[in-house]
Amino acid sequence: MFTGRVVGEIWATQRHDSLEGFKLLLVDPFEVAARLEGGKRQGLVVAADAVDAGVGDEVIVAYGRAGRTALGRGHDIAVEAAIVAVVDDRTGSELG
Amino acid sequence: MLVGRVVGNVWATQKDPTLEGLRMLLVQPLALGERASDEIIVAADPIGAGPGETVLVAFGRAARTVLGTQDAGWQVAVVAIVDDISVDEGVTIAGRESEP
Repeated sequence: MFTGRVVGEIWATQRHDSLEGFKLLLVDPFEVAARLEGGKRQGLVVAADAVDAGVGDEVIVAYGRAGRTALGRGHDIAVEAAIVAVVDDRTGSELG
Repeated sequence: MLVGRVVGNVWATQKDPTLEGLRMLLVQPLALGERASDEIIVAADPIGAGPGETVLVAFGRAARTVLGTQDAGWQVAVVAIVDDISVDEGVTIAGRESEP
């Protein structure tokens, strides 16, 4: 799980039916969070949007079961990450 | 999950029975906001992507969901064919040759 900023979107009309109706956003993990995840600068993460986030929003992304739970359509969904919250405010200015 | 370009096909006759009928592609991941990697992955493709197309690939349970069974000896599958990607300026997309 990590926080980051939505920096893009993927459009894909030909998709597995379990992805129907979900926006696919590209999230850039904040640097500190990226370092926590094994030190390597993580690339962008593709996440299905469960909370109507938009490009520029600061968000929280969950992987696996937790992410699918937020999408609310059971666990047979071909998605590994989902945006579970849009951040209104936070401290921790050293993040991205 | 990652975005990649289809760079080849794989055929295998001698294999685990749960892999019967799987179409297998070679996919070169695009680097979204990071350095390009030389890694090539093998992905099952029930969606029907063609050579050179850009695809969204999932791993593990999400991948097997596309295969329609969790009882397959397989971990990677194409979940969508990418029509377009838009990113803020300053975010790089690095791939082997052309744009997605």
